Amino acid sequence: MTARLVRTACSLLAVVLTAACTSYYEIPIETPIRPKLDVSAFQRVLIAGFIAGGSEDVDANLETVRLLRSQLRTKSELRVIDADVLPLMDVAAEEHSVATNGDSLNGQEPQLPSVIKEEKDLEPYEHIFANIEYWKRIGEEYQSPLIVTGTVMFTPHARSGFVQREQEVYDSFGRRRVVPIRTYMERKGFILKPKFIFIDGRTGTTLHSETFREEILYNANQTTPALSSYFELMDRLIPSFLSTLSSQKIKGTRVLLK
Amino acid sequence: MRICTVLAAFALILAVAGPLEADPRSDAKKQVEFGISVAQRGLWREAIYRWERATQMDPTYAAAYNNLAVAYEHEGDLDKARTAYEKAIELEPDNALIKQNYDLFKEINDRTPRKDGL
Repeated sequence: MTARLVRTACSLLAVVLTAACTSYYEIPIETPIRPKLDVSAFQRVLIAGFIAGGSEDVDANLETVRLLRSQLRTKSELRVIDADVLPLMDVAAEEHSVATNGDSLNGQEPQLPSVIKEEKDLEPYEHIFANIEYWKRIGEEYQSPLIVTGTVMFTPHARSGFVQREQEVYDSFGRRRVVPIRTYMERKGFILKPKFIFIDGRTGTTLHSETFREEILYNANQTTPALSSYFELMDRLIPSFLSTLSSQKIKGTRVLLK
Repeated sequence: MRICTVLAAFALILAVAGPLEADPRSDAKKQVEFGISVAQRGLWREAIYRWERATQMDPTYAAAYNNLAVAYEHEGDLDKARTAYEKAIELEPDNALIKQNYDLFKEINDRTPRKDGL
């Protein structure tokens, strides 16, 4: 019994001594992170416009252009070009009708959906992003900038099922405890799924593309305006978007040792 | 007189030879401590110089490699930071503080594009 006590005391002492003997200093650091895309060849950026769909309450094309332009103005060294938002759906539709002109006589050509309600409706429009000549022309018009375009789906979404949440409970002695409770809930909200495509305005070719997905759900009885939800979701993915174009600093803490 | 000259020469040899035989760890430790004090004042380049000297003086000094890795990380030189962390861990595989730094570093490094664009 005494031997065991001595052993325990010795090991405790060793732990205390090790901790005491290790001299360390916590220090804040800021790690600079390189952008995903090398944009050193560009001085200007054109947020051209997006093929957007989903909720009718938000013009996802216009709002995304506005938001990205304002973010890039303050958080990027590139000069943001102020220009009218390109009517990409009309351009794609026109291009499509020209391309299918030969087949139109038999009336069999697939039609572009006039309203984009779901993701599959976007597909027939996506050929516009591969049209090198079109983007090269846009690039020439705006002095060879980096062009940002893509698709944005902002769709209402509802989901019901069991949700785990925490609940405070007090036992017979008045002690507070937090316990997980599973409850069945009906929730509704939105899904935001943008695909950002970065095009070289000098050549019209795609340099990089990235797809994001963010989702938000509220209690079914809660009324949240669609535009608020849109901004809340965009807020989550803006840092990732910016990290494609400009370097960022990540703050953290490290330990220096003696 | 002749004995005095011999003794004086012997004393001189000892005085010169003393610093040459100094413990490399204690010299390296001075560099590490100075590096910490300048890093705390934001002089990271000077800190890197000190910690690099410390690793040259004593290549088995894990703390010097750890600090060097932190400084490289702060300067955005992530490749060098990784090499220095790995060396520190190789020297002291059970040091929880070095491992903690390395884990935090890896989190950032994994989010960073490599120089070759991959």
